[in-house]
Amino acid sequence: MKEALNIAGVLFIALTIAAGLIWVERRLLSVWQDRLGPNRVGPFGLFQVIADTIKLFFKEDWVPSFSDRPVFIMAPGILIITILLTFAVIPFGPDFIVFDSNIGILFFLGNSSLGVYSIVLGGWASNNKYSLIGAMRASAQMLTYEVFMGLSLMGVVMMADSFSFNAIVEAQKGGWFIVPQFIGFIVFFIAGLAETHRLPFDIPESEGELVAGYHSEYSGMKFGMFFVGEYLGITLISALIATLFFGGWLGPSFLPPVFWFLLKTFFFICMFILLRASLPRPRYDQLMKFGWKVLLPLSLGNILITGAVLIFFK
Amino acid sequence: MLSILRTIWLTFLHIFHKTETVEYPEVKPYLPPRYRGRIILTRDKEGEERCVACYLCASACPVDCISLQATEDESGRRYPEFFRINFSRCIFCGFCEEACPTYAIQLIPDFEMGEYDRQNMVYEKEHLLISGQGKYPDYNFYKNAGVSIGVKGKGEGDHEEKPLDLKDLMP
Ligand code: SF4
Ligand code: SF4
Repeated sequence: MKEALNIAGVLFIALTIAAGLIWVERRLLSVWQDRLGPNRVGPFGLFQVIADTIKLFFKEDWVPSFSDRPVFIMAPGILIITILLTFAVIPFGPDFIVFDSNIGILFFLGNSSLGVYSIVLGGWASNNKYSLIGAMRASAQMLTYEVFMGLSLMGVVMMADSFSFNAIVEAQKGGWFIVPQFIGFIVFFIAGLAETHRLPFDIPESEGELVAGYHSEYSGMKFGMFFVGEYLGITLISALIATLFFGGWLGPSFLPPVFWFLLKTFFFICMFILLRASLPRPRYDQLMKFGWKVLLPLSLGNILITGAVLIFFK
Repeated sequence: MLSILRTIWLTFLHIFHKTETVEYPEVKPYLPPRYRGRIILTRDKEGEERCVACYLCASACPVDCISLQATEDESGRRYPEFFRINFSRCIFCGFCEEACPTYAIQLIPDFEMGEYDRQNMVYEKEHLLISGQGKYPDYNFYKNAGVSIGVKGKGEGDHEEKPLDLKDLMP
């Protein structure tokens, strides 16, 4: 019974946030661009989400005749499934977790690697050169950033002595990991940006050059799934940052732990949107160079120093 | 690196800036009096139609969206039998207003002309003709120019003198 409630709760929170982000992102972007944003449908334009969803449902759901049909239809689903699966191992509160896996971080890393398939297959099955270029970029970008996304978390794992998210949160009772693991945090944040291919790292999509990149051929609710998948990805990365570096559900006890967790998550979601509002997209080769030549050595150095300090004080 | 952080910070500060958006249907924008919007046909001070159906506007119009037919009343005064403007073609260039010798056709500051049916964009004379004088009050073409017809005799205009009687010796 409790499990079912947890699953329902996690699904509800994750999907509500992801859908609400449609509105939040547009409103926040417009605040930072001196505009008003959607404010017509319902109070403060909150029903914009519903209006958008209805619109997407009524659009023609076109599958190109030149596409690889089954793969084309499957691709958007893969993205959402892998991301939602990862939410299962994230502790929303002390007992508010679907499955307290002792390899939580590995599970997340594995799932995010699988998520790349969604984009690569989507771009490939579209049988369109822009989609294909987008998919190629996505695979290269994600391969690069996956490497040190994992490495940047190793410092945290070493300090908590566990791969389980709940154990990591417990280990932060004495102090959040953001202080000793600041470099790890920075690297993970940038890698998370690239992993969710959000601006400024939306090179697989880059509508200025590639129409819409890997989802050029998608329409209707299939496009909507990619869209929701992206927002779910943002929520996931923000939740992970809050869990791994900012003490997850830890917080003063006058409010329930879930609230602290959601507050921290929401803060990082806003950071994601702020980055979108302020930074231009780098060139493709700049992105790769930055990844291999700056972030990889940085995360390796972080592991080295963390390990040395830990052994020294043992 | 520092410039990136600075960019992010400066963008964040935009929270405290004033929004530029004008919430249009509630807040109307200011339109200057000579704004070129919906076209009207005006009347002179006496309440007569100003248009003399000279076709100058129709020939000046670059998109050929004005159509009219001239006719005369019993006093010999010309007026359009019908006057039709297709606003789905009009580009609001104002050439018709410049071409008009009688200030009859005028563009006014109003652009809210949306319709669901394209046919409704075609305005007939009864839609165009207003009962006022528009932007140029106190102008009556017949008082300033024009040949002698039933409306006005020779030399009865505002800036005209009575014609001289050439056979008379008196000054
Ligand atoms: S405004 Fe220009 S386009 Fe419109 S009716 Fe007059 S001349 Fe024609
Ligand atoms: S509106 Fe003016 S230009 Fe056009 S026919 Fe009438 S008098 Fe002539």
